[in-house]
Amino acid sequence: MASFNEWILTLTVFTPLAAAIVVLFLPRSNERLIKLWSIAISIIPLALTIYMLVNYYTGHIPNGGGMQYEVKLSWIPQLNSFYHLGADGLSVPLLFLTALLSTLGLYYSSFTIKKRVKEFFFLFLLLEMGMMGVFVALDFVLFYVFWEIGLVPMYFLIGIWGQAKDRPRYAAIKFFIYTLVGSVAMLLAILAVYFATNTFDIMEAVRLQPFAGNLTIASLVFWGFMLAFMIKVPSFPFHTWLPDAHTAAPTAGSVILAGVLLKLGAYGIIRIVLPMLPQAFSHWAIPIVILGVIGIVYGAFVCIAQTDLKRLIAYSSVSHMGYVMLGLGAAAAGISKMAEPGMTDSMAMAINGATLQMFNHGLITGGLFFLVGVIYERSHTRELSMFGGLSAKTPAYYGIFMVVAFASLGLPGLAGFWAEFFTFRGAFDIVTVWAAIGVIGIVATAGYILYRIIQSLFLGEYDPHKVDHWTDMKDGQEKHEPGDMVSFEKLVMWPLVILIIILGVFPTPLVDFFNQAAESIINAL
Amino acid sequence: MTNLIYLIPFLPLLAFALITLFANKNKKLSGLIAIAAIASSWIISWIVFYQAWTDHHFHEHPISLPLISIPTGASELTLGFTVDSLTAVMLFMVPFVCLMIFIYAWGYMGIGKPAAAEGGHGGGRGWPAGPENVDPLASRFFAYISLFACGMLGLVLADNLVLLFVFWEIMGLCSYLLISFWFARKYDDPKRIMPKQAGFKAFITTRIGDAIMFSGMMLLYAAAAVLTNGQAGLTFSALFQPEVLAGLQSVAVPVFGTLATLIAILIFWGAIGKSAQFPLHVWLPDAMEGPTPVSALIHAATMVSAGVYLIIRMYPLMIAGATPTLTFIGVIGAFTALFAAIIAVSQTDIKRVLAFSTISQLGFMFAALGIGAYVAATFHLITHAFFKAMLFLSSGSVIHGMEHGEHHAHEHGHHEVAGFDPNDMRYMGGLRKKMPGTFIAFLVGGLALSGFPLITAGFWSKDEILAEAYYRLSHGDAIGVLPVFAFFALVIAAFFTAFYTWRQITMTFMGKPRTESAASASESSLPMVAPLLILAVFTLLLGFVGVHEDFPTLGPLLGGNPFHHFIGGLAETLGIEAATIPFSWLPVLFSTVLALGGIGLGWWVYGRAGRGWQTHDQLDPLEAGMRKVGLGGLYNAMRRKFYFDELYNIIFVRFSLWLSRAAAWFDRTVIDGVVNGVGRFGAWLAHISSRFDSRFIDGIVNGLGSLANKAGGALRLVQTGQGQTYLLVALLTVLLLLALFAVQVAGIGVVG
Repeated sequence: MASFNEWILTLTVFTPLAAAIVVLFLPRSNERLIKLWSIAISIIPLALTIYMLVNYYTGHIPNGGGMQYEVKLSWIPQLNSFYHLGADGLSVPLLFLTALLSTLGLYYSSFTIKKRVKEFFFLFLLLEMGMMGVFVALDFVLFYVFWEIGLVPMYFLIGIWGQAKDRPRYAAIKFFIYTLVGSVAMLLAILAVYFATNTFDIMEAVRLQPFAGNLTIASLVFWGFMLAFMIKVPSFPFHTWLPDAHTAAPTAGSVILAGVLLKLGAYGIIRIVLPMLPQAFSHWAIPIVILGVIGIVYGAFVCIAQTDLKRLIAYSSVSHMGYVMLGLGAAAAGISKMAEPGMTDSMAMAINGATLQMFNHGLITGGLFFLVGVIYERSHTRELSMFGGLSAKTPAYYGIFMVVAFASLGLPGLAGFWAEFFTFRGAFDIVTVWAAIGVIGIVATAGYILYRIIQSLFLGEYDPHKVDHWTDMKDGQEKHEPGDMVSFEKLVMWPLVILIIILGVFPTPLVDFFNQAAESIINAL
Repeated sequence: MTNLIYLIPFLPLLAFALITLFANKNKKLSGLIAIAAIASSWIISWIVFYQAWTDHHFHEHPISLPLISIPTGASELTLGFTVDSLTAVMLFMVPFVCLMIFIYAWGYMGIGKPAAAEGGHGGGRGWPAGPENVDPLASRFFAYISLFACGMLGLVLADNLVLLFVFWEIMGLCSYLLISFWFARKYDDPKRIMPKQAGFKAFITTRIGDAIMFSGMMLLYAAAAVLTNGQAGLTFSALFQPEVLAGLQSVAVPVFGTLATLIAILIFWGAIGKSAQFPLHVWLPDAMEGPTPVSALIHAATMVSAGVYLIIRMYPLMIAGATPTLTFIGVIGAFTALFAAIIAVSQTDIKRVLAFSTISQLGFMFAALGIGAYVAATFHLITHAFFKAMLFLSSGSVIHGMEHGEHHAHEHGHHEVAGFDPNDMRYMGGLRKKMPGTFIAFLVGGLALSGFPLITAGFWSKDEILAEAYYRLSHGDAIGVLPVFAFFALVIAAFFTAFYTWRQITMTFMGKPRTESAASASESSLPMVAPLLILAVFTLLLGFVGVHEDFPTLGPLLGGNPFHHFIGGLAETLGIEAATIPFSWLPVLFSTVLALGGIGLGWWVYGRAGRGWQTHDQLDPLEAGMRKVGLGGLYNAMRRKFYFDELYNIIFVRFSLWLSRAAAWFDRTVIDGVVNGVGRFGAWLAHISSRFDSRFIDGIVNGLGSLANKAGGALRLVQTGQGQTYLLVALLTVLLLLALFAVQVAGIGVVG
């Protein structure tokens, strides 16, 4: 098994690439084959990540975790760059999330993507590979390459499959340029780290603690990385690409964008910035916390004013990812106070809150974007004022939407709660006043979820004059009444709903993963 | 046996899941599942309660049951269930009241009656069904109330604040879902709040309290972790160790004095929201838009009293919060008790009178907790739950009867008067003859609420609160002015309570019918009336477990106040002062005079033959009287609930909406404007620089251009001039900066 464990990450990351290449050679006319092949092959990485979840949980978490499934091969010797992959308690759940959302996205798209099927599935698989790669790369060059690989397919997914009225080209370019600006900054920072440590190995660079003692250079490098990661998260004020990109993207693209791509930024902060540049992060922690709090509260208020369902959910991501920034900023603010009693636990909880939020937001907002797709495919509008009374018309849609929406609201008993709980627990101990301001977000979130989404969609009386043509998902005909969710839509939602409920009731296994990762980061500080 | 305790909240949860997933098409099966689940929970609960009640040392060894633990760095957060004396008495009350209300709901939702004809308002989904039909969403209703029962039972079993908060919020969700249960309902009167709005209002108002409480919980969690080296978590028993409480008291914070005070007050805000105390009371009256079983269950007996339960549960912390905390609790409680009682006097909606009465009675409990009457507050919590649930169920029965009457009158060609509302007491009258079972129940409940001496539970529990207040007032406690304020506010409130209760009984049941509907009303079905009468028995007998042991004759006869011993034992182990105060005649006399005086005045104003309410459109005699003496403005203010809805609408609702629009504008115009501006500037810069140094730039552009062409059709898919410019600019910038920086860093490296 040793050799299998060594190759499992490579297999997980590159299976989608192999599948994508095969898609190129499949006949364009045989859409059914392209779809089947893509979905079927995407189950392989999903199965591998589930294997890793179980294997890591039973084999490594009790023994302290750490990097597992490592592989390190010479790659570009001139640059001293290695093909170095590895996964720890932070990576493994995120890999699973990526694989799950990719499979669900492919499956959902096989029913809803009507044009350029071959390109869509090719790009989607390529995207999956890029995202997976970021979560396991332990070499800066490799990390950067995977980071950029994720960018290109997303650009095309938005640009080509977006609805014309949503200005997809503008949105795609904006997304691309914005992220690229961050990438440039990151590249400079990576080079700086390389010149300081003479290695591209992330773990090695962390061990060497470059720029320790030189706050000026460390701060420059810190902001280089942070600019890239904060744009990706996206943190206030770098968030305005997100609503445009989300609104324009096809459903599965939005799911992946919200579910996984946003997490790449937060992952980078935890994997690279926090352990490698603790002094600089500690120095700049409060500004990061403030941006996180602004993101939470401001994002929530912007949501209340939205009239387009998809745009609203996009902004809710700004608010929810603010918790991640708050948690990570709070953990960094604790670095200078680590000697105080209880501080390391508070830091661990702040990081756990942030990582839980990453995972849960992926499930929840991914689910919400699928649900937007459900209503959009039927009514061809996302204007909230066009709906009402669907609670009576589409009970299954109502029930599933309620679970996911209330999870997004942070209702205890559903997954979102524990993320908020631990983020605030850590933050209240370390940055009390800012955390207290962030609590306003809890109320405002309830405002937009209930007042905007649920009240507009489900309550009130159904008015047949608002939307007079509803596409029936079974036969594609136009009907006068909305039809309830059909089986492929339910099949996409059930795994998410079940995970949201299980992780809400019993979050321990997931926290075990993240807590182990957080502990090892904090112990190394 | 103890492991069966896990089933108490789990069975209703299972019922919720089963109904949602499998029985949502079968209303009868849904109802049966819900009732079977809660009945099983009830049986287990009463066995547990019986064992606890008969064990005289129970308070020394509470049951604890582990649930889950979550890693938090090097420490763990453990969550579990516990049964101590307080939980035991809650387990006596909650599942039984739930069961009664579930059975009632069977009748109320019209299970077994035919479905309404399709058409009308969306097939009737989201509208109340007529009296002859089953509610089309009855399955959903039983699912929701089952989930609610899980929430309330879990809440009383929680052994820590986190789990309590989890169930607390689940109840909030159910409250929201059930208030807006008739989500499509609209009224002709545009000013009247719709159920969907009422549900939102309830959720958001309580959420404000919850967010403040959440802050307090977080501070408490962090501070306790420091004091106990991460061992405490949020488990009650660990938090209430003397060294933790002393530690919290020793940390100074600005304004509040000590950290203990700050945390206690923050947590109390959760109770203010949940128990609808001033200034977060505004949601509860509008919550009456929900179906009546919901009003009885959630908005009278259980969920709203969870706020009181929270403070009882957290009482050691409240004591650690010292005088500022207890004064705050007491003042809020006493003020709310009086404030809500005054409003109740002027309301004409049968359920809204009861809603204000609930707010007022919860205020009594908080006032009791403020002055240190721990046992009395618990006692009133239990008795109030029984008689208030019964009053609400009776009012639901009355409304059903009125709807029946309207239906019946309509069939005989009578058109109801304009503005008719089956909830409005002005259109009732004389119902005692038509609905004798309901009348008896309402009468018993009303007497208990008024505090009718000796035979009603309400008398004993309210008397105990007044006695405690009087004792502290007369013994000049160190708490200062609070006992004085509390005693007088509660005395006046108790008087008003008796008065508005008798007004309500008179308007509803006495005299002659004032409309056709009232004249044609008929008694509700057996599943509705039977629970009423069972609850009535409890309302009459329950008070006797808490009679002061020195009360002449009755005290010794009734076992010498077993309730006080049961709860007091727990208080002692927690270090709460809960000794029995000496018996005194004066407060008993006060209580009696107040109750009888209020009832008497109510009868004098509303009930005397030839006076009071004669027609549905007349002026309230009280209003007429007040206008005569120049207090018309005050009456208007009472009727309009002292304008708090209007006030909050301006300062919170409109302000939030304005703020959200401002934020959205800022986002689109300013932040995104800067982003687009930078983008355009970049493009412009590229344009200029390409002229300036055409050879260098052109070389790369051409090179990249051909590269892009080779890359195949992919890039061509989004071929816009603008797009390519952007891309190229970006790539160029990357290359340039990269080269520049590499040189610089290399230079630094050499020097270093």
